[in-house]
Amino acid sequence: MKVLLSWLREFAPDIDGSPEDLAEILSDLGLAVEELSHVGQGLEGIVVAEVLATRPHPDADRIHLVDVDAGDGEALQVCCGAFNMAVGDRVPLAVVGTTMPNGMEIARRKMRGEWSNGMLCSGAEIGMGDDHEGILILEQGLSLGVPLAEALGIHPDVLFDLEVNPNRPDAMSVMGVARDLAARLGVPFSVAAPKVDDTGQTAAERASVSIAAPDLCGRFGVRVLDNVPSGASPRWMANRLLAVGQRPINAVVDLSNYVMFELGQPNHTYDLDLVPGGELGVRMARSGEQMTTLDGVERTLTEADGVIVNRDDEAVGLAGVMGGASTEISADTRSVLLEAAWWDPMTIARTARRLGLRSEASSRFERGADPDIIPMALDRFAELAAALGSTAALGMVDAAGNRPESITVRVRPERVNSILGTELNAEEMTALLKPIGFNSDSEGDGQDFDVTIPSWRLDSATEIDVIEEVGRLHGFSQITRTVPVTEQAGALTSRQQDRRRIQALLTGMGISEAMPLPFLAPGDLARAGLGDDGITVTNPLVAEESIMRTSLRPGLLKAVTYNAARRTTGVSLFEIGRVNPGGGGDLPDEIEHLAVILAGQKATAATALWRRLARNLAVTNPGVVNGPVDGLHPGRSGRVMVDGQPVGALGEIDPQVLDAYEIGERVAWLEVNLGALLDADRGLAPYRAPSRYPSSDIDLAFTVPDEESSDEVSATIAQAGGELLASVALFDVFRSDQLGEGRRSLAFTLRFEASDRTLNDAEVAAARQSCIEAVTTTHNATLRG
Amino acid sequence: MAEPEQLVVEAQRQATAATTLEELSTVRTAMSGKRSPLVAARKALGDLDPEARREAGQALNAAKTAIDEILASRETELAAAARAEKLAAERLDLTEVTDQPANGHLHVITQTWQELEDVFVGMGYRVAEGPEIESEWYNFGALNFPLGHPARDMYDTLYVDYGEPGSTLLRTHTSPVQARVMENQEPPIYVVAPGRCFRQDTADATHMPVFHQIEGLVVDRGTTLGDLAGTIEAFTAAYFGPGFTSRLRPSYFPFTEPSAEFDIRRPDGTWLELGGCGMVHPNVFKACGIDSEQWQGFAFGFGMDRLALIRFGIDDLRELWTNDIRFLEQF
Repeated sequence: MKVLLSWLREFAPDIDGSPEDLAEILSDLGLAVEELSHVGQGLEGIVVAEVLATRPHPDADRIHLVDVDAGDGEALQVCCGAFNMAVGDRVPLAVVGTTMPNGMEIARRKMRGEWSNGMLCSGAEIGMGDDHEGILILEQGLSLGVPLAEALGIHPDVLFDLEVNPNRPDAMSVMGVARDLAARLGVPFSVAAPKVDDTGQTAAERASVSIAAPDLCGRFGVRVLDNVPSGASPRWMANRLLAVGQRPINAVVDLSNYVMFELGQPNHTYDLDLVPGGELGVRMARSGEQMTTLDGVERTLTEADGVIVNRDDEAVGLAGVMGGASTEISADTRSVLLEAAWWDPMTIARTARRLGLRSEASSRFERGADPDIIPMALDRFAELAAALGSTAALGMVDAAGNRPESITVRVRPERVNSILGTELNAEEMTALLKPIGFNSDSEGDGQDFDVTIPSWRLDSATEIDVIEEVGRLHGFSQITRTVPVTEQAGALTSRQQDRRRIQALLTGMGISEAMPLPFLAPGDLARAGLGDDGITVTNPLVAEESIMRTSLRPGLLKAVTYNAARRTTGVSLFEIGRVNPGGGGDLPDEIEHLAVILAGQKATAATALWRRLARNLAVTNPGVVNGPVDGLHPGRSGRVMVDGQPVGALGEIDPQVLDAYEIGERVAWLEVNLGALLDADRGLAPYRAPSRYPSSDIDLAFTVPDEESSDEVSATIAQAGGELLASVALFDVFRSDQLGEGRRSLAFTLRFEASDRTLNDAEVAAARQSCIEAVTTTHNATLRG
Repeated sequence: MAEPEQLVVEAQRQATAATTLEELSTVRTAMSGKRSPLVAARKALGDLDPEARREAGQALNAAKTAIDEILASRETELAAAARAEKLAAERLDLTEVTDQPANGHLHVITQTWQELEDVFVGMGYRVAEGPEIESEWYNFGALNFPLGHPARDMYDTLYVDYGEPGSTLLRTHTSPVQARVMENQEPPIYVVAPGRCFRQDTADATHMPVFHQIEGLVVDRGTTLGDLAGTIEAFTAAYFGPGFTSRLRPSYFPFTEPSAEFDIRRPDGTWLELGGCGMVHPNVFKACGIDSEQWQGFAFGFGMDRLALIRFGIDDLRELWTNDIRFLEQF
């Protein structure tokens, strides 16, 4: 929403202060100033010129040469990057020596070998509209050589571009912004009643409105205007519209826009001759009903849309969003039906959204327009039109539907202060509220009071809404800042601490944290060997973001591919993230996974990592069971176990998957269900003082069949070794022809010790022997050497 | 038979001539071993008369002591030399490292996330979490966004095919965690909720369909807008450092009223628009079963991604998601 300072001052002439200060105040009122610009200034060196001829630049495609006459009859050559002008057009010329509003100096200079004696200006360059592309084409008839500001009647002004929140329907108008600003500044605000000399037949004799959808249309006001102007609107009006970003079209359209910007009431003009009998009606559309809107697009409607219809029940307007093409004003129009209505905000919002048709009108109606402003909007239009020779039929047609009721809110001063942290008394509160139209009955006794919500603030309906207004007008910056004190000790949950522990362990091992997108493309899971696609996104913008992941594997594989393609192999990455494996209750199951990818490493690197992780987290009973896992190398994969239950998988990525991802190295993989892992039985074993007595180490090597896992052999040794066995560790594995197919040698170091004595040779020998017997009998193994 | 003094001179000569411990060992055998002249001379003492024996014995003992000292001293010298030689042979250029273990790096988002958590934990907050795939109710309904309300349009929501159409979505903000915490915990409540959020957005330098927010919620007796402003200010000083201040500007969010945007003022006077905040709306309390006459509260939230970008000087949001090791290892 763009507003001009001069326009604001028509409602509050005493608004004063530097533009920068006013911008601060507007922001502090909740009307954030996105841009503050000075318009109509620095135009001293810009004059009206006529295009005499255009011709290509001999040495450049993007600029051409334009000869202009700047009033002295001489052809002045200018290089220009815009091509939208024709011979005979009036255009703004910045003459040599001019400093543009943006500070640029215009000098005579050569562009690719051709002289440019000045610059032709776009609207944006001189603060007249948003158009940066083309040169501003001025109206014919302007005298050549005259300063542009003089020719167009432009005065220096300040333009505020405001961001208006959805709860501020009032601020979608110059009047509403002026009301807020005047209230904060403590200066008078008033709205002059438009003067209309209406005459002759009454509007009611020439037009009628029937409302068949009263919940949609709260009020429908109509004036009938004759002798409407067919040409351009007056220059001052066109200048204002241009400044606020609305391109002038013709007098009737410009008047309509002007009234909307000024008072916030969208309005629409119908060519009266195209509305049989001047009869209009309002109803909900029928499913599949079609109409062509002003933009020439045929719209298919639903029962949720509102329409304005003619006597024959044909839709001639899409309620609150856009008028229809069939009754559009043309150069031949002499009389118009002027409509100003109040529409149900939700209906308008839905229709505008469904059709992708956010118009200036719909953005006001969906916030909630002011039903009481309708007569004034009609009158203001008539008043401005009268200055252009138009006449108005007597009175207006004022049809009523179910308009929003006036609301009165009980306000407790104590509550206001309790929410805001202020110490205002009731009088101070009502004094803040009154200038923005929130009138109250406070008796000045500090008691609760009733506030009547103004018709332009349909967003407000409860005490908290009024409290917000008190706070807003008082100024959030005026409120004393305090920090609440809690007796609660701040802390992370054990899960959050565990995550950090894991992150610290893995980064300490040289593994960096990756952050792949959590979305997948169709087929990504299959490509990673993971079977069917997971939960789908209903409305993705691109197919690559249409599937929720069931595993962290596709994302990390992609990361390895990405780095390999940039000549970095052997990357180690991890991710902690949520996956949706399918299933669930009210919501899909959402499970937190930890995955580690070790490019260039073999499967046992993943096992080693898993063991460190388990030890780090003090998992009581971790394990690994060899066996095939989808998408992993069938001979190099297994399940990650805790307490005998699988909580994940590890191994090497299936070579076929590696091919699909164009990865040329072995890739070790570990993925665990973090919740299951962290919720498992965990905790350190009871403390045992280190023995003061020497320990004895022995090595044992067995020939063991391949299907017997080293872990199982190790466990057998641990059990057989009993109390005296302090540790057992695999230290060598080898295969050879002598050992034969399907068998390998596993060599373990065993350390025996007792806490109360030095073990004698016989004790160690006995323990050794029971370990050997246990392994050879349990695992079909033979002792070597 | 040689004179004892001569033996000492000879021992000194041979010991000096020895250049290794092995050579010295030979000298030792020759000069003080069983077959040495010294030992021979001792054996010969018995042939002397007592007077001469005592005199000669003393001379031999003195020679023995002198020889032992010579040998020990030379041994110390040679051992030191041998050690020095061995160490010299082992000299290493300590900058010759061929197997440098890499550091792993936490993602900049995680680093930012943890810093923020730590600041708030230090202020007495707990850290809450909620699901990323959320129900329409928690994402909107409980937060005072009525069905069909235009305010829902401000969020370009991604829905998932689960349950009734439109019932399940990818949360558009971390605010649903507010509602979940209030349902499950009696006030007073002091929590922050960092998390991942989603919007239907085309990826570019400043937009991603996935992003991260942190949400704060306080519910206590008599909590005020002044408490909110003070908390934002305290956070600003703690996270950004001295010289940074904050301001609140009125704004609109359905789930808070009054609502505000909060901006951070940098020491150079420029502003960073950081996030939104406000007093918990009575309708939200109602939806979560908390009596808004008994309890009052505030909530605030802001994006982490942009903070991370600013903090680390990154100029394109998409870099956060490439997993280029050359990116990850810089932080």
